[in-house]
Amino acid sequence: MSEETRVPAKKSGKGKYELSDELKAYKGVWVFIEHEQGGVHPVSWELLGEGRKLADKLEVPLSGVVLGAPSLATRRFCEEAFFHGADHCYLMEDVVLGNYRNQPFTKGLTDLVNAYQPEILLLGATTQGRDLAGSVATTLKTGLTADCTELNIDMENRSLAASRPTFGGSLLCTILTLNFRPQMATVRPRVMAMPNRDTSRTGTIIQHPLGMMEAEIVTKVLEYIPDNQQDKPQLAFADIIVSGGRGMKNPENFQLIWDLALLLGAEVGASRPVVQAGWVELDRQVGQSGKTVRPKLYIAAGISGAVQHRVGMADSDVIIAINNDPNAPIFDFATYGIVGNAMTILPALTQAFKQQLAVAKMAS
Amino acid sequence: MHIVVCIKQVPDSAQIRVHPVTNTIMRQGVPAVVNPYDLFSLEEALRLKDIHGGCVTVITMGPPQAEAALRKCISYGADEAILVTDRAFAGADTLATSFALAAAINQISKNQAVDMVFCGKQTIDGDTAQVGPGIAKRMDMQLLTYVSQVDSVDTTSRTIQVQRRAEGGVQVLTTQLPCLVTMLEGTNEMRFATMDNMFRAARHQLKIWDRVAAGIEDVSKIGLKGSPTVVSKVFAPQAKTQRAEIIESESGEPRDLALTLVSKLFTQHPSASEAVVKQAA
Repeated sequence: MSEETRVPAKKSGKGKYELSDELKAYKGVWVFIEHEQGGVHPVSWELLGEGRKLADKLEVPLSGVVLGAPSLATRRFCEEAFFHGADHCYLMEDVVLGNYRNQPFTKGLTDLVNAYQPEILLLGATTQGRDLAGSVATTLKTGLTADCTELNIDMENRSLAASRPTFGGSLLCTILTLNFRPQMATVRPRVMAMPNRDTSRTGTIIQHPLGMMEAEIVTKVLEYIPDNQQDKPQLAFADIIVSGGRGMKNPENFQLIWDLALLLGAEVGASRPVVQAGWVELDRQVGQSGKTVRPKLYIAAGISGAVQHRVGMADSDVIIAINNDPNAPIFDFATYGIVGNAMTILPALTQAFKQQLAVAKMAS
Repeated sequence: MHIVVCIKQVPDSAQIRVHPVTNTIMRQGVPAVVNPYDLFSLEEALRLKDIHGGCVTVITMGPPQAEAALRKCISYGADEAILVTDRAFAGADTLATSFALAAAINQISKNQAVDMVFCGKQTIDGDTAQVGPGIAKRMDMQLLTYVSQVDSVDTTSRTIQVQRRAEGGVQVLTTQLPCLVTMLEGTNEMRFATMDNMFRAARHQLKIWDRVAAGIEDVSKIGLKGSPTVVSKVFAPQAKTQRAEIIESESGEPRDLALTLVSKLFTQHPSASEAVVKQAA
C-alpha cells in the first residue's frame, strides 16, 4: 500500500479525532502468536489476556494470528489461543514459514492486516516480535509503540493508549496512534499477567494463503542451534529472586546476595549499574533494559528502585527491600522494608531463613 | 565494501537525574555519548573493512551538537561522517526517522553504492529497536537483527553468513548483500582510537546535510508531521497507595530485624513462604 492512499483523520473539536471512513473499517484486536521450534512463546498468551480486556472495552472480537508451516502444531496453537481468550484465529500455513524469517513473515502479516483490517495489533517484544513489528509497521506506514508496560483504551478517541517508560526509565509516557490503523504495540514477556486457560472455549479458524515461493525469499536458514537451557539464568519464570544493586558497593559484597539465593533456591538478579560494572552477567539484569519478572518473592538489597528497575519487578507478589536510605523510592512500593546496611542485614536474613526453614522441616 | 553505520548521540543514561520534587528530567550537565549499542555495530563494520577493504561512513540524524558523536566514530577509524540535521526533523518518531535516514543513505549510495548498513540493536534513550528494521524495509534490504557473529562475507558472490540470536537458540542465516545488520551487545570490543585517527577526527570536514541535501522533498513524511504516533502525556509512575511496612525492632539489631521479617513472611504470605520451603528443599 502506498503512503498516499492513507486518509488521515481530521481533528474535530478539542483533542478529539474523527477517523476517516476508510480507517473506521478497521475493527478488532489481534495478537501475533509467536512460536519457535514447536512451542509458543508464553508472551503470546499474556498478550491474549491483555487483548481480551481491550477487545471487551471496544466490544470487538479478539483474534490470534498464527503463521507457520502446515502441521498439526499450528492447529494446536490456534486451539490454545482459544483457550487463552481468542474468539478467532487467522491461520496462514506455508512451507516457507517453517522457520522465522523476516521477509515471508512481514509479507504474511502485512497481507493479513490489509485483508481483514484489525484496529489493534499486539506482538511480544522478543527478538522475533521486534524484528517483525518494525518491518510490518514500516510497510503499513502506521504507528508502533515498543515495550509497553500498560495498555488501555482512550474511549474518547477509541484509540489504544500505550504507556512505556521514557527518559532512561525515570518517567512514563502514554503514546497514541490517532489517525492511522492498525495501532501497533509490543510488550515484553512477563509484563502482563498470564490469563486463565479455559479448555471449554472454542473459536473459528480463518485461513489465508501466503502466496510466496521459496525462490523469492533471499535469506536462508542454514541451521538452528538450540540453547542449552541449563546454562542460562531463568529469571523470567523464577519463583524467588534475590537482587542486588549499586548499594552492594563491590563485587565481594555481592557474594552475600548469592549466599541468600543459594539457601532459598532463588535466582540472582541485579540492577543495571551492577551489570554494567560487570559483577554479574547481562542475563541477570532486571528492569526496562533487562528482564521483566513476577516472582512470588523478590528481595532487593542496595537497589534504590528507580523506574528503570521498578517496571521490571513491581508485579512481584511480595517485595522485600533493604536500603540504608529511608527515602529510597523502593520503599514506596515494596511490601516490607528494612532500613539499614545491606552488608549486615543480608547475612542476618540468610541466618533467619535458615532457622525458619529448619522449623518448617521439623513441622512437616 | 562500502559500509554505512547509523549512530545516535544519547544522554549518558547513568547520569540522568530526576528532580525529586517536580519529577522532571534534569538534563543540564548530562554528558552526551555515542549510543553504546551502536559501538558494537561500528566495530563490526571496521572489522569487515579491515578484512575486505573499502570504507566506513557514519551517519546520524540529530541536532548540530551530534557532530561530537560523529567525530568520536572517526577517531575509532570511520572514514566519512554525515550529520543530517534540519529543524524540519524535530519531533520525529521511529517511522519518520527511518524515512529520513533511508533517504540520506540513498543519497550516499548515489556517490558510491552501499553494500551494508549497520545499526545499533536499539538506543538507550528510546529503547525501541524499530529504526533499523524500518530503514531496511524502506531500502528494500534484507534485515538481520540481533546478530551475535558475522561468520563470513563473500564480496564476489555478494553473500553474508551470520549467527542471529533467536528466543530459544541461534539461527545461522545466509543472505544477499546489500543487507542491514544490527549487532547484539558484547559481541566484540571497540578498538582504541589511535593517535592518528584522533588528529584526523579533530580536523575532519564533516558533511552537514539539511533536508534538501538528504534528498527529501516531501516534508509530510518527516518530523512531527511524518510521525503517526503522538505522545499524549508524560507522567511519573503512580506511587502505590501503600508504602512498605518498615520492619523495626527494639534493639534495631540486624538479627532481630531479620527474624521479625521472616516470621511476618511465613505467617502472612502463604504463597511466598510455600515457594521458599519448596525451592529451598
